[in-house]
Amino acid sequence: MTRSAFDIIGPSMVGPSSSHTAGAVRIGRMAKSIADSPLKTAAIALHGSFAATGKGHATDCGLVAGLLTMAPDDERIKDAIEIAQQKGLSVSFEAADLGEEFHPNTARLTLHSETGNTHEVIASSVGGGAIEIVRVDNFEVCFNGNLDTLVLWHLDKPGFLAKVTAILACVEANIATIQTSRKRRHTEALTVIEIDAPPPDDVLSVMSRIDGVSEIRCVNKLEY
Amino acid sequence: MHFDYTKAEELAAICSKEKFSIGEVCLQREILLQETTREILLEKMRAHYRVMKESIQKGLALTQSSASGLSGGDAAKLFGYANSANPLFGPEFSKAIAYGFAVLEHNAQFGRIVATPTAGSAGIVPACLLSLEEMGRISEDQAVMALFTAAGIGVIIGANANFSGAQGGCQAEVGSASSMAAAAIVEALAGTPQQAINAAAFALMNTLGLVCDPIGGYVEVPCVSRNGMFAVHSFLAAVMALADSRCVVPFDHVVIAMRDIGRRMPRALKETSEGGLATTPTGLKFPPQAIGKQKVDSPS
Repeated sequence: MTRSAFDIIGPSMVGPSSSHTAGAVRIGRMAKSIADSPLKTAAIALHGSFAATGKGHATDCGLVAGLLTMAPDDERIKDAIEIAQQKGLSVSFEAADLGEEFHPNTARLTLHSETGNTHEVIASSVGGGAIEIVRVDNFEVCFNGNLDTLVLWHLDKPGFLAKVTAILACVEANIATIQTSRKRRHTEALTVIEIDAPPPDDVLSVMSRIDGVSEIRCVNKLEY
Repeated sequence: MHFDYTKAEELAAICSKEKFSIGEVCLQREILLQETTREILLEKMRAHYRVMKESIQKGLALTQSSASGLSGGDAAKLFGYANSANPLFGPEFSKAIAYGFAVLEHNAQFGRIVATPTAGSAGIVPACLLSLEEMGRISEDQAVMALFTAAGIGVIIGANANFSGAQGGCQAEVGSASSMAAAAIVEALAGTPQQAINAAAFALMNTLGLVCDPIGGYVEVPCVSRNGMFAVHSFLAAVMALADSRCVVPFDHVVIAMRDIGRRMPRALKETSEGGLATTPTGLKFPPQAIGKQKVDSPS
């Protein structure tokens, strides 16, 4: 692996640990983009090492800082829970065993928005501040914020992906990966599409008119 | 890729062929890697150096203890001693120690730092370079280039071992930082690339076996004082290299030894807080803090 000089000198960060603090901030940031904002409440469950050492490493503050869209080197991270409170966001924490299949540094964020929507995101901090989103609303997914990502909640119908990819083709958006999972045939499904550049805004409104699409989000890539 | 290397031997060969310093090779390598300009990369590194200096200033100003109560205010005490009437070995010596403390104390209170190469070893390189700058031995531009020297040595460690306390113990964090700092000092003072590589070897060789046993899992005890001590250790290694004292084991071999020792080191002494200082009667008074059930409601 070829390491950049800036992997060795850097990143600029706050907190004792890149995985437990900086990674937590990035998880919060991604979860907020996936959920419907503005947020009203966040119920956060911490799994494994996140629960065991999370207090000392300020994993809890980091996750909330991310929900408030702070960067990993924001010196307000330590006060994030208080700031959330002032901004009208209620947060709660609990330790939880999410199961063997999850990485030791994993959090589950259940986010309720002011519009009454609820989304649940499970994400892991996999080392050096890198993260992976592994579940969205109980659909198995795998994306990490290195690319701009479209998330579509829809019904499992023939031709759905053809329509979506046709729209992306029209604006010459290059698809890096595409993942679709469904609960059962013809029921709710989730599609995650990683693309090389964010699509123009009107693409989202065109896509939302595809038959069966209930929600759509463009999760921007993490800049740090 | 041109200017790419994984061993100190290869790095020395590139330096000698191109008549470049280690810092310059590292910078040229980065220009190719990031497909950008020299100016942009120098500015990016300067921004890191400024964050480092700010973290030292803020750490020196701390008077309160951290949340755990294990650190805070000691950098200020060392700085006070440095400015006292007759500090041992002159004021610069105690200041270097104070600066190493300052970065880690600032980090323990959620201040902004630059991981160099990790958060737990972030004080060593900045302490050395700011000391040299304040002594008038180097300019800020030279300090910025010296960070590329430090990174150039880090590339070798990253390729052949690792920087993680959980994988290799403290030698992988503080040992790596100290060898990077020693090489950076040598090149900043116009030493040769081989002298810089030897300085890295002296620093790492004399850090081998250092375990990671922080009290309560906090990056405070012994990490804060260790960053102060190993800033000085880096200067000692640089002096040995600048004096051309015999470097029997080449840096590449010391890195292999570090990796080997890290693999054999028991898990209890690798950032688990299950042994060493963490399980002494003192250490046990500060158990790692788990997250229990808590709820913070907004006032609305």
